[in-house]
Amino acid sequence: MNFNLAGLIKAAVLNGTPLLFGTSGEILTEKSGNLNLGVEGLMFMGGAFGLAGAFWYDQLAGGNASGIVAVLIALLCAFLAGCFGSLIFSFLTISLRANQNVTGLALTIFGTGVGQFVGEQLRLKVGGNISISNALKGSFANPVLPQSLQDIPFLGQVLFSYNGFVYLGIAMAIVMSLFLNRTRRGLYLKAVGESPSTADAAGINVTKYKYLATVIGGGISAIGGMVYTMTIAGTVWNHTALSGEGWVAVALVIFCLWKPLNALWGSVLFGGLMIMYLRVPVSFIPSQIYKVLPYIVTAIVLIIVSLRQKREDQPPASLGLPYFREER
Amino acid sequence: MTHAVELKNITKRFGSVVANDKVDLYVDNGVIMSLLGENGSGKTTLMNMLAGIYYPDEGQIFVNGKEVSIRDPKDAYANGIGMIHQHFKLIDVFTAAQNVALGIEDGKYDLKKVAEGVREISEKYGFDIDPDKKIYSMSVSEKQTVEIIKVLYRGANILILDEPTAVLTPQETDKLFRILKAMKEDGKAIILITHKLNEVMAVSDVVAVLRKGQHIKTVRTAETNPQQLTEMMVGRAVTLNIDRTDPVDPKPRLTIAGLTCRDSEGVSKLEDVGFIAYGGEILGIAGIAGSGQKELLEAIAGLRHISSGSIIYTPEGKSPAELVGKTPMEIKDAGVALAFVPEDRLGMGLVGGMGMTENMMLRTWNKGKGMFINRKEPEKVAEQVYEFLEVVTPSIDYPVRKLSGGNVQKVLVGREIASSPSVLMSAYAVRGLDINTSYIIYNLMESQKAKGVAVIFVGEDLDVLLALCDRILVLCGGRVSGIVDARTATKEEVGLLMTQVGGGKEANA
Ligand SMILES: Nc1ncnc2c1ncn2[C@@H]1O[C@H](COP(=O)(O)OP(=O)(O)OP(=O)(O)O)[C@@H](O)[C@H]1O
Ligand SMILES: [Mg+2]
Repeated sequence: MNFNLAGLIKAAVLNGTPLLFGTSGEILTEKSGNLNLGVEGLMFMGGAFGLAGAFWYDQLAGGNASGIVAVLIALLCAFLAGCFGSLIFSFLTISLRANQNVTGLALTIFGTGVGQFVGEQLRLKVGGNISISNALKGSFANPVLPQSLQDIPFLGQVLFSYNGFVYLGIAMAIVMSLFLNRTRRGLYLKAVGESPSTADAAGINVTKYKYLATVIGGGISAIGGMVYTMTIAGTVWNHTALSGEGWVAVALVIFCLWKPLNALWGSVLFGGLMIMYLRVPVSFIPSQIYKVLPYIVTAIVLIIVSLRQKREDQPPASLGLPYFREER
Repeated sequence: MTHAVELKNITKRFGSVVANDKVDLYVDNGVIMSLLGENGSGKTTLMNMLAGIYYPDEGQIFVNGKEVSIRDPKDAYANGIGMIHQHFKLIDVFTAAQNVALGIEDGKYDLKKVAEGVREISEKYGFDIDPDKKIYSMSVSEKQTVEIIKVLYRGANILILDEPTAVLTPQETDKLFRILKAMKEDGKAIILITHKLNEVMAVSDVVAVLRKGQHIKTVRTAETNPQQLTEMMVGRAVTLNIDRTDPVDPKPRLTIAGLTCRDSEGVSKLEDVGFIAYGGEILGIAGIAGSGQKELLEAIAGLRHISSGSIIYTPEGKSPAELVGKTPMEIKDAGVALAFVPEDRLGMGLVGGMGMTENMMLRTWNKGKGMFINRKEPEKVAEQVYEFLEVVTPSIDYPVRKLSGGNVQKVLVGREIASSPSVLMSAYAVRGLDINTSYIIYNLMESQKAKGVAVIFVGEDLDVLLALCDRILVLCGGRVSGIVDARTATKEEVGLLMTQVGGGKEANA
């Protein structure tokens, strides 16, 4: 078979980066014992608000808009939108102890709705496909490393030819892993997710940890939506482009066994699986089959993990359960 | 003189339930106090208020003479109070050191330093623990040790232990008591909740008795005796004895031969076990914890894969049938009931969020005909269990999760007895039950026997086994090391069989 391996890997990485953010954010959330099924909604909000932020900055600054500022504004807008969405989720599930599954699904509906509204509103305003100026587009999607590195055969393509979000995502996952495994706060957070009553009895502020992890995790997930819109979708709002990303991210959390470092390669794998139908089409396999590949792989991993029964590979023990100190 | 900790006029309610009613109580440094009371009398609740889990509705708490407000566990630690809970509060996937480090904010995060501290404490009090071992691979006694170390590491001066011995073997209990005494010499105040009166007499200096949430009296251990304590707990004169009758016309009910079981790793759990259980007889099963008691009952109940051997079941007036190869449901329906009380009581067979009636229903739902479940029958059973075992609950539809530890268990045991089985197997049926209820259970077993049921009773307390059973089968390392007549055997004899198969070699530490 004749296809471009470096090209495939590159496409997988680019396509996996939104997932890397979406998944890492959800890992942080789930480590606190909160199962936020609203990732899909959060990513929509991140995509729409990130684009809107960059768009308005572009409009206001006119010709002398700075690329780096635009990127930072998009990051901030997406992050805050995600924080806001997951703050609602946190309030309902942590403070009011609403059912997490139901609330998460509601957040998905809410988030996709809000995202669509903002995106379509922008489109109406511009009267057609909205997009930021070409000068700015490059600051989102262009490679950030020196040309000399990119020119290295094969490796240059596979390792050094990406936009800034790829490297930011990698750094973020590594920092998160260090946080979870090497710091006191990380230990406490894991304790909260495993057994809130134990953490509570040890004097750890369970509510604070759950709120912080869920809100920040939601923000990180939302950045994934922004990265998708601003790089893969070419800063154009398309109301179906993001759909499904969030759900794949949730599946990927399971695939990664709740470890951010696994998300590094897991997101590339899933990113690759999601575009396989474009890159290595086999004529008799319909593209729909290709699209369910990520879920099939997740199911297989689940089966293998449950067969191995290794305790470290299990989800946080209190995942999805509300905590109330005087309840027993 | 000021007391290490003093409670004044403490009241705590849960909805309509008054768990503690105007309790006044104090403990001094260098004193071990036992806290005694029936199941549901409010012991755990009272201590949870010292540990910051609950907050009192009324009343005051003084530590070293100063009034304090304990709003959360952090406050408790700040006041030098540490509690070891009935259900361990440990994170399974963490190491011992990681668990100890939880919630401690001193300087740099350094697990090595914590591990060092754990080793120091272990040396001082004679614990034997590896700080880097994961909790899930530890025995119950090791987990408990980690709990104690956790509390000591924080420099607690007042230690509360909620039924620490309920899940320990006698040897482990002795070890724990030596440690408690060492801590007492160290000037710490210790509060020990236990239902075992011999332990109360052996280790404590004073005994405080609670009844229905009220503090009845605190007495010096030296000036009281088990009988008097029981009466204080129950509030009336009670007789604690087992009326053992002679088996009437015993017929073989279960005939077991060559039973061998291996676990998933191929390690042998039961090796060539053979015996006969007769109808109208109580067969006791003794052995050091983990000698195959649990596996034996599970094998009979069809819950465990059997490598070889046969289990012939002969119900009253029917022809014998082989149980090996049958499903647990078929075995249950044939009349072989298993009441197993695991270390965590809710773990096996009860659904915490459901009431007594619904939990009874779990046992009988498949008996009903038609599409809808029948609530009448289980409701009746629930009523019976409620009355007979004196379950402390506001109503039979109250979620069992909210009941006190012992009452949860009454529901579990009561349900199996109520299914009118022809073989009744029970393991650790009185774990965590107060003394009065324990005797109700013993006598229930006795009356089942009188009805012709073959009772198999796995117990930990040798005195009880010798007083209750007709014969005792002793397991050691998965083998039968002997079967003795409970009427003539001595504790020493059984104890010896527990540690060696056939009087020699294979000692099981
Ligand atoms: N969180 C709670 N919610 C509702 N009721 C509760 C709660 N905690 C305790 N109770 C009730 O308070 C009473 C006292 O319970 P507690 O656990 O203190 O008893 P206990 O003396 O420790 O009993 P045991 O010996 O069985 O452990 C019981 O009736 C119990 O049902
Ligand atoms: Mg209790």
